[in-house]
Amino acid sequence: MVQPGDIVDATVDMVMVHDLTGPLAVEAFKRIGISKVWDNKKIVVMLDHQVPAGAGRSAELHRMLRSFAKEQGIWFYDVGRGGICHQVMPEKGHVLPGTVMVGADSHTCTYGAFGAFATGIGSTEAAAVFATGKIWLKVPETIRINVEGKFKRFITPKDLILSLIGKVRSDGATYKAVEFTGSTIRGMGMAGRMTLCNMTVEMGAKNGIVEPDETTLKFLEGRVKKPFETLRSDIDTAYEQFMEFNVSDLEPTVACPSSVDNVKLASELGNVTVEQAFIGSCTNGRIEDLRLAAQVMKGKKVKDGVRTLVIPASQEVYLQAVEEGLVKIFTDAGTLVCGSACGPCLGGHIGLLAAGETCVSTSNRNFIGRMGSTQASVYLASPVTVAASALTGRITDPREMEVG
Amino acid sequence: MKISGPVLKFGDNVDTDVILPGKYLVLVDPKDLAKHAMEGLDPDFPEKAKNGVIVVGGKNFGCGSSREQAPLALKFSGVKCVVAESFARIFFRNAINIGLPVIECNGISKAAEDRDKLEVDFNKGEIFNVSKGREFKVTKLPTFILEILSDGGLIENLRRRMKKK
Repeated sequence: MVQPGDIVDATVDMVMVHDLTGPLAVEAFKRIGISKVWDNKKIVVMLDHQVPAGAGRSAELHRMLRSFAKEQGIWFYDVGRGGICHQVMPEKGHVLPGTVMVGADSHTCTYGAFGAFATGIGSTEAAAVFATGKIWLKVPETIRINVEGKFKRFITPKDLILSLIGKVRSDGATYKAVEFTGSTIRGMGMAGRMTLCNMTVEMGAKNGIVEPDETTLKFLEGRVKKPFETLRSDIDTAYEQFMEFNVSDLEPTVACPSSVDNVKLASELGNVTVEQAFIGSCTNGRIEDLRLAAQVMKGKKVKDGVRTLVIPASQEVYLQAVEEGLVKIFTDAGTLVCGSACGPCLGGHIGLLAAGETCVSTSNRNFIGRMGSTQASVYLASPVTVAASALTGRITDPREMEVG
Repeated sequence: MKISGPVLKFGDNVDTDVILPGKYLVLVDPKDLAKHAMEGLDPDFPEKAKNGVIVVGGKNFGCGSSREQAPLALKFSGVKCVVAESFARIFFRNAINIGLPVIECNGISKAAEDRDKLEVDFNKGEIFNVSKGREFKVTKLPTFILEILSDGGLIENLRRRMKKK
C-alpha cells in the first residue's frame, strides 16, 4: 500500500511519443547504448503535430520516427492513419483502465477519462522508459471534484472545466491527482470526460481521473483486445481537498488571454472581434464537439473576415463527420475542414495568427505566442461558443443565436 | 553541487510557449533552440544569458507543454540554474533529466533582483543572495535526483547505473 508523497519505481504499461517529442526521445535512446527497446508492444509513435509535413525540418523528423518505429517493431501511426495522439490512443485500444500510461505530451492526462493513471513526461524520460519500462513517480495527493446538476442547452463540459480552472487557478493542483465524481460525470459521455481530464494539466495536475463504468466499457468494446481491471477509489480514500460544483447555473465560459485561469463569462466580454475561429484539438475535436458546432452553423455562413478552421481529431472522427453530413454543413458555412492533426493549437504548423489578430478556439492554451505571433490573442471556449462567434465575428454567448 | 551567478528575474506562470515558442520545436540542435530562449518575454534573453545566469522565477515556472526543448533552450543559452517559488511538474522533471539544476525557494522572487549575485548550494539546501546578504533554507532534492544532476542528466545517469549492474 502506498501513501501520497511516497516515491515509487512504477512499471509502465504504455508509453507514447509524437513527432515533436519523439525525435529527442529517439536520440536520447540511442545515447543509452542499447539496441532494443524493453517491449515493442508497449510503445506508440504518433505523427500529429506537424501533419502533413510542412516547411522546415518536419519531413526529416517524420522520416526519423518512421524508421525508428520500423527498426524496433513498435506501434506507429503515420499521416492519414491516425490523427491527434490523445484521440487515437483510446480509439485504437491502447488505453486500458487500471494501467500506468506515460506520454511525451502534457495532455497525456486525457486517458484518465478511462480510469488509467496517465501523465505527461518529457522526451528524455520517454527514452529511459523505452529502455527500462520503469519510471519514478511521487504518489500524488488527490483533489476530488464532485459535479452535480444538468447542463443547460449550449453548455458543455468545456465550460465546466474552464470554470473549474478559474477557481482552482493554473497552479492550484500542481503535483496532484484530480478525480471527477458525481451524477453529472456519470451521465457524461467519454468525449466530455476526456475534455475534463485533458485540461487538468492546465491547473497543474499530474493526472485527472474518472472511475470507469458502463459508458467506459461500451467505448472500449471492440477496441481493446487485452484483459484489464477496472479499479475504483477506496471508500475510505483520504482526499487532500474536496470541491463541489453544480452545473445547473453554468454559463458559456471563456478563458481570456493569456492564461487559462483568466476566466470570464462569454456574456460579460463586450465586443471582442475575432479574425480566426478554430474548432478542433485533443480537447474538443471529437464527433460530439463537431455535432454541437454544426448544429449552430447549419444553414448559416461564417462572418466575412473570420477564417474558420474545423479539424476532426482523428481519421475515425473525420469519416464519421463526413457520413453524418457535418463536413457539408461546415463547408457550406464557409469554413475550411482540414485533415486530422493538432493544427493551429500549438502554433507550429497551420492556421497561425498575425500580430494584432485574435482567435477564438476550442483548444487548451492561450499563452503569449501560442498560435503564432506574440502580439496575437487567443480566447478559449466551447465548440458551441466558437461556432456562434464564427458566425457573428465577435466572441458570442451562443444563447444569443437562434438555432433550430 | 554549488552554483553561483547573476540573477535574471521573471514573474509568475512563465509558460513553455514563452520559454520556447512552438514554431521552433522542429529545431533539433540545442544551440539553435538557445537562440530563441525566452523569446515570448524578452527577445534579448540569449544575449543577456550567454555569460552564465541564474534565472529566478515566481510561481508555476514552466507551466504548459511537455516540450523538453524549453529547458534545453535555457540550458544552452547560458542558464546555470533556475530558482523559483514553484515549478510545473513536467518542466521540473525535464530540467533535471537534461541536467539543468532547478530548485524551489519560497520567497525568492521578493528577495532577488536582476543582477544580484546568487549562490545555490544543492547539497546543503541553501541559497545565498550575496548582493543583499540574505540566506534561504530550502528543501533539498532527494539524493537520486542530485545524482542525476551531477551525472549531467538522466541518460548519463542510466548509463552509469546500467554499467554498474
